[in-house]
Amino acid sequence: MKYLDEFRDSAPARRLAEEIHRLATRPWAIMEVCGGQTHSILRNGIDQLLPASLSLIHGPGCPVCVTPVEVIDRALAIAGRPEVTFTSFGDMLRVPGSEKDLFRVKSEGGDVRIVYSPLDAVKLAQELPDRQVVFFGIGFETTAPANAMAVHLARRQGLTNFSMLASHVLVPPAIEAILASPSNRVQAFLAAGHVCSVMGTWQYPPLAAKHRVPIVITGFEPLDLLEGIRRAVAQLEAGEARVENAYARVVSEAGNHPAQALLAEVFEVCDRTWRGIGTIPASGFRLSAAYRDFDAELRFDVAGVTAHESPLCHAGEVLRGVLKPNQCPAFGRECTPRTPLGATMVSSEGACAAYYHYGRALAAEEAR
Amino acid sequence: MAEPLDITGWSCPLPLADYPAIVLGHGGGGKLSSELVEHLFVPAFGGSELARLGDAALLPPPGGRLAFSTDSFVVHPLFFPGGSIGELAVHGTVNDLAMMGARPLYLSAAFILEEGLPMATLGAIVARMAAAARAAGVSIVAGDTKVVDHGHGHGCYITTAGVGVVPAGLELGPERARPGDAVLVSGTLGDHGMAVMSVREGLAFEAELASDCAALHTLVEALLAALPTGSVHTLRDPTRGGLAAVLGEIAKSSRVGIELEERALPVRPEVHSACELLGMDPIFVANEGKLVALVAAEAAEAALSALRAHPLGREAAIVGRAGAEHPGVLVARTALGARRVVPEQLGEQLPRIC
Repeated sequence: MKYLDEFRDSAPARRLAEEIHRLATRPWAIMEVCGGQTHSILRNGIDQLLPASLSLIHGPGCPVCVTPVEVIDRALAIAGRPEVTFTSFGDMLRVPGSEKDLFRVKSEGGDVRIVYSPLDAVKLAQELPDRQVVFFGIGFETTAPANAMAVHLARRQGLTNFSMLASHVLVPPAIEAILASPSNRVQAFLAAGHVCSVMGTWQYPPLAAKHRVPIVITGFEPLDLLEGIRRAVAQLEAGEARVENAYARVVSEAGNHPAQALLAEVFEVCDRTWRGIGTIPASGFRLSAAYRDFDAELRFDVAGVTAHESPLCHAGEVLRGVLKPNQCPAFGRECTPRTPLGATMVSSEGACAAYYHYGRALAAEEAR
Repeated sequence: MAEPLDITGWSCPLPLADYPAIVLGHGGGGKLSSELVEHLFVPAFGGSELARLGDAALLPPPGGRLAFSTDSFVVHPLFFPGGSIGELAVHGTVNDLAMMGARPLYLSAAFILEEGLPMATLGAIVARMAAAARAAGVSIVAGDTKVVDHGHGHGCYITTAGVGVVPAGLELGPERARPGDAVLVSGTLGDHGMAVMSVREGLAFEAELASDCAALHTLVEALLAALPTGSVHTLRDPTRGGLAAVLGEIAKSSRVGIELEERALPVRPEVHSACELLGMDPIFVANEGKLVALVAAEAAEAALSALRAHPLGREAAIVGRAGAEHPGVLVARTALGARRVVPEQLGEQLPRIC
């Protein structure tokens, strides 16, 4: 496929991997922030091409994984109401709340539907005037503009039967929280390319300077990831701490202005709880005052729903990079994709699920 | 006192053709039921056995081992680019028989119809089913119809069962793959699943995706005829769960490890694009007109030529091999030369958020 196959070519990938082997003289820990990057690394076996001294730490950039369990419980409470048609991206349906998931609600008679775009949910609200259509708006800065557009359109069309359960999260505050943590071992970041395509790169130089950490804006294809890793290692070896853009075919310094303007209009920054991590100040979006009428949490009065996570689940340490998924005592025992304790075992982008699915061959190889 | 009833315009219950849609009575076993059978099913499916309308079809013993299989079809929407539930109901069961090397002979067809299903829609489904059966050379010899209340049943569900006969000396099965076997697929992967998804979810792709729905028994015959006896070990049709599910099952049943070469997998560019967009992998997507063959290594090239010489196998490819390492596990060699375990899917593959 044009513009994709070129970035999956094995010969240049080998050359980049050799270059990384040549550059890396010491052990380094690099975090890829985005779940899509984790998925691509494991799916393509990129980690198998790297020197053993280099460890990749899988970051908190999977929106499904970091959505707190009480938000899932609120979604379940709303989705179970008889007047509600609850719409969501597919991979949220299997994420466990305290007691069940959206698939269970659907099997119990709830009207739960997978949509491919938040605008489909708006269309559904037009088509079903007697139903309350709720969209589960989660994700990072990448999905936020489309979700903002959905609410914007709903207001412009005067739709009174559309609302959004919003639990958006933001990348730079999460990087800040990881770096400020006493147990942090991340020495360089591969920043999430698609987040930066919306927000630009201007948010990162202060972080790189304050914490003396290289940040490389990185894409998702094998060559993108290898190039990002190469640049991060080169900076680490040279003792540098700059922001570099290794995904310039998509990301500009300023980012996408119309998208940013829409975000500023529809959302406001708020504190957010991250599943397994805790509350990070100013790390999320909620609907702004002008759009409060479209907030499903208020419309269905579920803000009081709170919940607790399984004490066996170490997803927080996994998301902060303190623990590798297979170092968790519950990994593969109490916690599997069939019986997930935390969302990191559910989402296709979740570090635990990725390890469970793609890691077994490596484990077998190592055991030999 | 009530007015006396005016019966001047009264007539017998309406004949079938005057009901524009299925009503509960069509499944009631009375006149409406038998009219549906006599006016719709029997003329469409033809054949003397069905026309006798006995409680069971009486068939001559075919000689040889019987293959017997059943499958239910609940696809939504009922019609999609490249096919309909009618063709699927025939091809699905025919292919299950063909994968055991059987020549399909007879099918039964049971319909569960939803009240309100337009008669014209049912007529179109039945016509397509009949055409598919004729083309595949199988007779539909028994059937049943039930009607469920409006709102239960998505229009039409069909269950078919089929009987075929397996030639003497032919031994195929999921447990018969051996280390060293070559893994072949008869064509492009994921066409059916992505075509149905594109219409079901109203996803507008620039290129129209079409189902690969087809009956595979002649392709199987051609493959078996071209190779020395005993060199084809396992045949499967990779429907739900796609190529990965089928190869995972073969690896487990035969206690072999299977390694897929990702670069060798035939996937149409438009299917590849649709999968990329939705975060799905074509090896997990359903096919309805493809087969997977595990063939002794020395017969692999001959098998490839035989498949490619058939109209349904033009894009066949050798996509991997079975080995003695990692028994029971399916592994993919990525384009970068790394290896990864191909996960078993818990349920349906879900589109990713971003």
